[in-house]
Amino acid sequence: MSDTRQQLEHLAEMRSLMERSTRFLSLSGLSGVWAGFCALAGVFVLYQYLGIRPFGFEYGELYFNKAVQTIKWGLDYRSVFLIIAVLVLAAALAGGVFFTTRKARSRGERVWDASSKRLLWAMAVPLLTGGIFGLALLYRGYISFLAPVTLIFYGLALVNGSKYTLRDVENLGMLEIALGLTGVFFPGFGLDLWAIGFGFLHIFYGTRMYWKYDKPT
Amino acid sequence: MKDILSQLNPAFDHRNRLGIMSVLAVNDWVDYNTLKELLNLTDGNLASHLKPLEAQEYIEYRKQFVGRRPQTTYAATEKGKIAFKAHLDALEAMLKIGREIED
Repeated sequence: MSDTRQQLEHLAEMRSLMERSTRFLSLSGLSGVWAGFCALAGVFVLYQYLGIRPFGFEYGELYFNKAVQTIKWGLDYRSVFLIIAVLVLAAALAGGVFFTTRKARSRGERVWDASSKRLLWAMAVPLLTGGIFGLALLYRGYISFLAPVTLIFYGLALVNGSKYTLRDVENLGMLEIALGLTGVFFPGFGLDLWAIGFGFLHIFYGTRMYWKYDKPT
Repeated sequence: MKDILSQLNPAFDHRNRLGIMSVLAVNDWVDYNTLKELLNLTDGNLASHLKPLEAQEYIEYRKQFVGRRPQTTYAATEKGKIAFKAHLDALEAMLKIGREIED
């Protein structure tokens, strides 16, 4: 039955074509690892600014109550939150673009094609909505919801985007949403949950995706 | 077995044509160059496989201008999607029988 074998080969090829033409597969796991470290660095600076410890809630340190009283380094909390957010986002994106471009090149694929555009668009709507929502919360002083809300919208963006890239992203998105919702119920842990979601989960999933898809064989 | 073989569509009797249909089955409109890159084909080669599919009305195309450059994009027609699915079903049935014979 060599005919069968040939047909099986065709089927495998068709499957790969369907995957490659709809999903952006050059997303690098290292992007996630890098984003995770950026987030942890940002949270670390914020802990320093507020003069609190991770899970300090247990010792009666509510980070958002501390924030409104803190003026350090000549900056109020709004400026510090914004500066850290912008720097972390910029660094994470720059690294993400760098590692993903590198991976696409080594696979001989273009970074900016129909599939990557579709992925970005799928993520852009929840992300921008969450970003503006977050800015409004900060502006209005509802800072206890800031961390959970960014987690939830980021998770939604990942779940939505996962249709157009590596499937692992969906699980990561679900976990981010779960952490965010937990944070809404337990606002005192908001910052710690944020560090887990944006920091450790990124590093964990990034590493796993790296070993699964990127590792040079 | 013969019965099933007769259900295999001769229009799809080539891996590149199967490839084109696979891409168009899961995408709305795909431009010529993307198809070419995905299938790893030369210009002439891709065109020669698109033609019979067009003749069968399994795919349709439209030409438009992106800036100054003309661009041709392709899509599978309803007829093409049905025919492709029937072909896949026949393939599946054939492989199942093949496996039973081997067992």
